[in-house]
Amino acid sequence: MISAHSEVDSKIMLEQAQGVKQFLTFFMADEEYGVDILTVQEIRSWEEITEIPNAPDYLKGVINLRGTIVPILDLRLRFGLSAIDYGPLTVVIVVKVYFEQNSKIMGVVVDAVSDVYSIAEHDAKTVPNFTDSENSEFVAGLVNVGEKMVALLDLKKTMDI
Amino acid sequence: MSIDLSQFFEVFFEESFEGLDAMEAELLNLVPGEEDLETINTIFRAAHSIKGGSGTFGFNSVSDFTHVLETLLDQIREGKRELTAEHVNLLLKAVDCLRALLSALQAEQDPNLEDAIALRIKFEEILGVNQSGATKVAAEKQPAQPEFNTYQIDFKPHHHLFKTGNEPLYMISELAELGDLETLAFHNELPDITDLSADDCFLSWRFFLNTVKDESAIREIFEWVEDDADISITLCGGLFAEQQQATIEEPAVENIESSPEVAEVAEVVAVNPSKKAATAKVTTPAAAESTSIRVGIDKVDSLINMVGELVITQAMLSQIGEQEITETTIASLQEGLAQLAHNTRDLQESVMRIRMLPISFVFSRFPRLVRDISQKLNKQVELKLLGEQTELDKTVMEKISDPMVHLVRNSLDHGLETVEQRIAAGKDPVGKVTLNAFHQGGNIVIEIMDDGQGLNTEKIKKKAIANGLVTEADELDADEINELIFMPGFSTADEVSDISGRGVGMDVVRRNIQSLNGSVEVSSAAGVGSTFTIRLPLTLAILDGQLVRVAKHTYIIPLISIVESLQIDISKVSRVGKDLDVLRLRDEYIPILRLYTIFNHQGAIETLDKTLLVVVESDNQKIGLLVDDLLSQQQVVIKSLEANYQKVDGVSGATILGDGRVSLIVDISGLIKLSGLRKPGSQELIIESKASLEAS
Amino acid sequence: MKRILAVDDSASMRQMVGFTLKKAGFDVTEAKDGSEALNIAKQQGFDAVISDVNMPVMDGITLIRELRTLPNYKFTPLLMLTTESGMDKKVEGKAAGATGWIVKPFNPEQLLAVLKKVIR
Repeated sequence: MISAHSEVDSKIMLEQAQGVKQFLTFFMADEEYGVDILTVQEIRSWEEITEIPNAPDYLKGVINLRGTIVPILDLRLRFGLSAIDYGPLTVVIVVKVYFEQNSKIMGVVVDAVSDVYSIAEHDAKTVPNFTDSENSEFVAGLVNVGEKMVALLDLKKTMDI
Repeated sequence: MSIDLSQFFEVFFEESFEGLDAMEAELLNLVPGEEDLETINTIFRAAHSIKGGSGTFGFNSVSDFTHVLETLLDQIREGKRELTAEHVNLLLKAVDCLRALLSALQAEQDPNLEDAIALRIKFEEILGVNQSGATKVAAEKQPAQPEFNTYQIDFKPHHHLFKTGNEPLYMISELAELGDLETLAFHNELPDITDLSADDCFLSWRFFLNTVKDESAIREIFEWVEDDADISITLCGGLFAEQQQATIEEPAVENIESSPEVAEVAEVVAVNPSKKAATAKVTTPAAAESTSIRVGIDKVDSLINMVGELVITQAMLSQIGEQEITETTIASLQEGLAQLAHNTRDLQESVMRIRMLPISFVFSRFPRLVRDISQKLNKQVELKLLGEQTELDKTVMEKISDPMVHLVRNSLDHGLETVEQRIAAGKDPVGKVTLNAFHQGGNIVIEIMDDGQGLNTEKIKKKAIANGLVTEADELDADEINELIFMPGFSTADEVSDISGRGVGMDVVRRNIQSLNGSVEVSSAAGVGSTFTIRLPLTLAILDGQLVRVAKHTYIIPLISIVESLQIDISKVSRVGKDLDVLRLRDEYIPILRLYTIFNHQGAIETLDKTLLVVVESDNQKIGLLVDDLLSQQQVVIKSLEANYQKVDGVSGATILGDGRVSLIVDISGLIKLSGLRKPGSQELIIESKASLEAS
Repeated sequence: MKRILAVDDSASMRQMVGFTLKKAGFDVTEAKDGSEALNIAKQQGFDAVISDVNMPVMDGITLIRELRTLPNYKFTPLLMLTTESGMDKKVEGKAAGATGWIVKPFNPEQLLAVLKKVIR
C-alpha cells in the first residue's frame, strides 16, 4: 500500500500498477533488510545526537532535521542484536512512518546502505515462525533477489515505540 | 453551476461572533427608557446579518431563532414597542444562546436546541405570536399529470418603466423559457417623433404562453413591475394536455391556528433535541480554539519591510563572499553579520507580533460577567478596564481567560462587600473592580484589583491549620498567609456558593497559569482590597531559558521558574531519610535534586560542596537542581518532542541551539513528580522509593 | 464583461455573492456599506448594483435613492437584498428607485436566476 507522496516518478508509478515496489536495502549484521523506498525521506551520515533521558537503549536520541526534532533508533539494538561502534559507513535512514492516527518522521541507524531493488509483491513470502528469532515480528516478508534473501521490514511495527 | 457554500462558513462564523460581541457590548450600554436609536440599530443590524447569513448558508436553527430577535428589535427600532429591562435581559440570553448554537455548528456538531426553543417561546410571548411549531410542512402528493395551459398575458408598462432599471426584453425571454410563447407588440401609443422621449416606454405587449407552469410562475416574472405596468393574466384553457410521466411533489405549508396543538408541537420539538444534546456534550471541547487569525495590514507591511532589509543584507554578504579576503573585507563581513543579526531579531519580533492580539478580546467578556454576577449577589459593582490594547499571543489569550474569570468571580463574591456592609464601613456603596494589563519586560502583567474587604488572614490561617497545611507554631507574615490560598484543597468560603468555590480552587488557577509558564500572586490589605497579579510570557512559542550543563548534556531551565542560583555550602546540607539531601537556605529547607540521577547521566559532578544549585519553584514548592555548570541565558524557540516521538517525563519540549544541536527543556513540576518528592505539609519531607532515585 | 457592484456589510454574504457572480462571468466590485458603494459608483460605471438593505453608515435604500439621481444610473438595474419579513422595505425600496429585490435567504443558483431578469 502506498501512501500519498509528493513526487513519484513515472517508472515507480508504472511498477506500482503492476504490483511492483522499489525497496531500499541495507545491511545489519550481514543480513540484508529492505524498506519501501517511498517512505524514505533521506539518508544521512551519523552525527552527534542529543540523548533523551530514561529512554530505551535503542532510542539513541534526537536530532535537528531542518528545524524539526527527529528521534533516531539503533536498529541493531531494536532487534536485540549486538551493538557495534559506529563507523564511516554507518548511516541514518530517515523514514516517514504512517501509524493509524498520524505519521512520524524517524531515523534508523543501520550498518550500511546496500541497493535499490524492484520487487513484485507476490514474490514476497511470509516469514516462517522462527522460534529463536525475536525480531521476526518486525519483518513483513522475505524475498529472494538473485542468490540473496532480503527481509522486508514492517516499519509500523518496528517504529512503534 | 454549483458552488460549495462551506468555503464561506469560516468567515460567516467569525463575523457572527464579532456581531454577537458587538450586540452584547451595546446591550450592556442600554438603559431602558434612555436608549438611543443608533445603539438599537447597531444591535438590530448584527442580528439581521446573522439571520441573513445563517439562512443563506443553511443554518436554519440559527436563522429561525434570530428571526424572533430581529422582529422584537425591529419593533423597538420602529418605536412600536418600548424597550424594557426584561427585553435587555432576554436579548443578552439570546446572545449567549446564539453563541452556543454557532459554536456547535462551527465544530460541526448538532447544536443543543433546548435553550434556543425555550428562549424563542419567551420572545414569542412578548411578541404575542406563536410561530414556533405553528407551521407544519406536509408533503402532499399531487395528482401528477402536469397540464399544459395557455395563458393570455397583457403587459402594458407605464412610461417610466425604464427608470426603474427593468428591461421588458429580458422579461420576455424569461417568459419564453416557461414554454411556447407567441408575442404581439403594440406600438399604437408611440407619440410623434417630436414628442418622443427616449427615456420612456411606449410599447405594450400581448403574449400567448403555452406552459405546464402555473400562474404564479408568470406573476413572479412581473413581480418587480407590478406597480409600474398594467398586467393581466388570463387562462385560455388547456390546449395540449399531453401525457407526461413526471411527477411533481410539492410540499404544502399549512398553518395551524388552534393553540393546544401548537403547544404540543412545540413540546415535541423541545424534547427531541435534548437527546441529541446529551450525545453532543461529550465531544464538545475540541471546538473553541480557532485556527485562523486576522492580522492588521500594518503588521504585514512591517514584515515585508523587514524581509526587504534582509534581502539587502544577504546581497551585501554574498558580495563580500566573492571578494578576496583582506582586513577590510573581514571588517565589512563583521558589519554585515551584525546587520544580519539585527534583521533576524527584528524579523522574529515582527513575526511574533502577527500572533499578538489586544487583550480586549478577553476583557470584553467581563462587563457582562460582572453585570450578571452582581445582579445575582445583589451588589453594586463598577468595572474598570485599563490597558485593553495591550497585546499578547493568541494561544496565551485563549488559555488565560478561564483563570481570569475565576479570579474576577472571586473578587465579586468574596472580595467586595454588600452595599450595607460598605455603607457601614464608610465606603462608597458601589464597589470597584479594576482589570489592568500592561507589558513589563518580556511579560504581560494582568492585575485584578478590588476595593473590597481584603483577604481575612485570621480565617485563612485557621483554615490552613485545620487542613494541616501549617501548624499553630508557624510564624507567618501576612503575605505568607495569603499565599496559602493557592494551596491545593483550600477554600475559605463558609458555604460553597453558586458564584465561586464550586470545587475549583485557587490552586487550579495557579496551576493553569503556571502551565503557561506564568505566575500569580496576591497582595491584600484588610478593608482596602485585594490585588491579584498575573504574569505571563507574551508568547508560548518562545521561552527565556537558562542553559545548564549536566555531565556532557545541555539542558534549559525556564528562567521564570528560577528563584536563584548558588554554590552549595556543604555545612548547610543535611541528609534526610535514606538519600535525600536538604539545603538550609535562610529559613527554608530546599531539597536537592540531582539532575544527573533523575536523567540517568554518567560523568557529572557528584560532590555537593561548592557545586552549583539552581533553586526553582513550581506548584508552591522550591527545589534545588544540582548542575555542573551554568551556561548562557537566551531566548529559545520551543519545539515539540511529541510530533515525531512522544512525551518525555521531566522534559517539556526541545529547542535548537545556535550551533544546530537539540537541547531539552526541563519541566520542573514533571521533575518533582519523577523524583518521587512530595510537597511536605510542614518541614517533613516524604520520599517515595522511586526507582530512579535508588537506581544510582 | 458586465460589471456588478455588490454591497453588503456582512463579509460572508459579500464573499458569497461576489464569488457566485465572478464564477458566472461577471466583473464584481465589492463595497461594505452604502457610502463606500456610492463613492465607488461615482468613480466607475456598473451594469448593475446589488445591495443589502440594513447596513451601517448608509443603508441600502438611501444608496439606491442616491444612485438613481446620478445620470449614469438612471436606467441601471438596482437590486436590493432583503429578508422575507421586510415587505414594507420592498415598497420603500421601489419608491426609492429599486429595480427589484432578491429575498434572503437565497442560494447562488437563485441569485443568478433572478439576475437574469435584468442583466444578461
